Amino acid sequence: MMLGKTAGGLFWMFRYLERAENTARMIDAGLRISLTRSSAADSEWTSILSSTGLASAYEAAHGAPEGSKVIDFLLRDPNNPGSVMAGIEAARMNARVVRTALTREVWEAVNECYMVLKRLLARPIEDRDLPRVLQVIRQRSAFVRGALHGTMVRNDIYNFARIGTFYERADNTARIIDQKYYILLPSVRLVGSPSDNVQWDTILRATSTTRAYQTLHDGDVDPRAIARFLILDGRLPRSLAFCYGKINDNLGYLEKEYGTRHTCQSLADALCSKFRSHDMNAIFDYGLHEFISDFLRDSATLGRQIEIDYRFIE
Amino acid sequence: MASDQKYFDEMFGHGTDARAPYADYCNWFHHEDTARLLAKSEEAEALFRLIGVTFNVYGDPDATERLIPFDLVPRIIAAREWAKVAKGIEQRVRALNAFLHDIYHRQEIVRAGRLPAEMIARNDAFLPEMIGVSPPGDIYTHIVGTDLVRTGDNEFFVLEDNARTPSGVSYMLENRETMLHMFPELFSKIKVQSVSQYPRSLRKSLGACAPDACSGRPTIAVLTPGIHNSAYYEHAFLADQMSAELVEGHDLRVVDGRVAMRTTKGYKPIDVLYRRVDDEYLDPLNFNPDSVLGVPGIMDVYRAGGITIANAPGTGIADDKAIYSYMPDIVEFYTGEKAILKNVPTHRCSEPEALKYVLDNLADLVVKEVHGSGGYGMLVGPAASKKEIEKFRAKLEASPGNYIAQPTLALSTVPILTDAGLAPRHVDLRPFVLVSPDRIDITPGGLTRVALTEGSLVVNSSQGGGTKDTWVLEE
Repeated sequence: MMLGKTAGGLFWMFRYLERAENTARMIDAGLRISLTRSSAADSEWTSILSSTGLASAYEAAHGAPEGSKVIDFLLRDPNNPGSVMAGIEAARMNARVVRTALTREVWEAVNECYMVLKRLLARPIEDRDLPRVLQVIRQRSAFVRGALHGTMVRNDIYNFARIGTFYERADNTARIIDQKYYILLPSVRLVGSPSDNVQWDTILRATSTTRAYQTLHDGDVDPRAIARFLILDGRLPRSLAFCYGKINDNLGYLEKEYGTRHTCQSLADALCSKFRSHDMNAIFDYGLHEFISDFLRDSATLGRQIEIDYRFIE
Repeated sequence: MASDQKYFDEMFGHGTDARAPYADYCNWFHHEDTARLLAKSEEAEALFRLIGVTFNVYGDPDATERLIPFDLVPRIIAAREWAKVAKGIEQRVRALNAFLHDIYHRQEIVRAGRLPAEMIARNDAFLPEMIGVSPPGDIYTHIVGTDLVRTGDNEFFVLEDNARTPSGVSYMLENRETMLHMFPELFSKIKVQSVSQYPRSLRKSLGACAPDACSGRPTIAVLTPGIHNSAYYEHAFLADQMSAELVEGHDLRVVDGRVAMRTTKGYKPIDVLYRRVDDEYLDPLNFNPDSVLGVPGIMDVYRAGGITIANAPGTGIADDKAIYSYMPDIVEFYTGEKAILKNVPTHRCSEPEALKYVLDNLADLVVKEVHGSGGYGMLVGPAASKKEIEKFRAKLEASPGNYIAQPTLALSTVPILTDAGLAPRHVDLRPFVLVSPDRIDITPGGLTRVALTEGSLVVNSSQGGGTKDTWVLEE
């Protein structure tokens, strides 16, 4: 048992951390494309901005997407509440609120992550420094995760932190698929056009799954296999099925610890069973776009229900 | 280093040889390389930043979290010196609680003619809502910080009694942790009395004051105004160390005659609330109606015995600067003994004769607002310009009742480490006292605050002061 506010603070602390890390991955994907194919890059930046939900905010401030401006906007623009830096700041602010629930190691990891990035992102990042900066972001968030795994007691505190992580991660993967669903449809030719190839590459890079995909699929790039991989493959820690399996487990532990089953547990069960009962053909028959839209709607409902059931707010 | 002869230096006295309590330390210090120590100093700063031992500065968006500078030369007090100080503090804290009980009940001290009635009746710090309230164990001020200054070998004065919500104890504890981390070898050479038991003692002390409504192990919570408060770090630290919940007003509400916190399993009653929110903001139904920091109706639950609030509302009447001047009488009235610790001689500007004296001697006096704190709104005569003095004179003449004046004391110095080696700086001391029904715990030492600017007498962190670890040696 803990304060409802503390549970909410943990959930959000780990959502913000995950989000900042995801944004860094997307920047990485965009950067890669702009290095290899400058003609395709601008439209890829547009789709990256859309996946992060920041396209209109960017347009209002800067107009048409342009590599260096998008990177600065996503990384450190103080007027962009969705930037990596803003995410890390929000995570740390939540960590301060819930500090009594964290081990010293977790607090220090998140505080140091903030201090290092604050210094690193104080000025615009030059292209040649970008890969290193992105690496630091990935590494620093990995330190926080490592401290969480290595030092926290497996109780309600841990479960709320994990639910926040997977909730945000699944949301991120779903939004990337949603942006690109049309190039993952079975109607797309198996041997894609050069532009299809770029887009498949972006999807895998934005989810940091290029290597995993190739290992598990003998290097064959097949849009249907990519869709199946990101939605249904329980081995991939960023797939929807994996994330919701974890959320369901963590909510189950809370049910057991508190001795109470809430509405949110039933909602999570229902969501999870969709991943068990559907194979990819069924999803395509239903409509990939519709399936992902349903998922985003259901997941928003679940998020609100967790907030109510565990009294994050009055 | 030769010490400044004008002031008593705690390391060197008025001479050049180390005083006895510092002998072992000085011996160690002389074999140390200054460059190594300066590097350690930076290490300490990085450590404080990482842990987040910071305070917030209001209205400064670029530096909302600041470090209080830490000086790594400890202030050292002999066991014998400390024993006497501790005895004096204990006596004073007993008197404070007896005084508070009396003031909110029969006011015997006023009837006996030892304290003018208007000191209570016309004092904003007196809370009529507390009349007739007897908290568990008759303890009103559970946590006290008795600010002391030293002027000589055996000369200690009480500067003020912080009986409301004294802060700084987290710095005392973190300073010691930092010293242990950086100089383990020193602590194996020199036996220093431990301070680390404070959070446990605090928990025990608060638990011992649980209300009748409490069944089983008392539930304790720390009430903070939130992460933007200047002392938020300390609130989180104490809650963490005591395994208590850290709550804000919006986590709490009155449920079935108890104050309860909103948890993941519903509302759960709190037995003892260690509040770090001022009286005024504690209860919008009973005090400031605009407050969002408090709990509507908590005073009614409190008066009915449903919760213990530490410190009790209305304790400010005991550490008010106007009441301070009566403390020698107050100690004698309630304990039947002469006060062991001296008061700084205080002129009450509300009295015409005293006012005349103060106006004639402004350049030599320290003038303080009766209700001020944090070193704001005060005049340090000897350090002020003619213009500042004249400006202050006008304020003083306009409302003399708002001020008291004291001679400038020759505050003792303790050396700090500078690039050029040791250099004396003025210090004060805030020991931390815990009061429970059966005992009074005084942590050996306390928080030493040091004015880092050469010659300065202002030690407040809000005015550029720093801190030191404070050692009371084992017998």
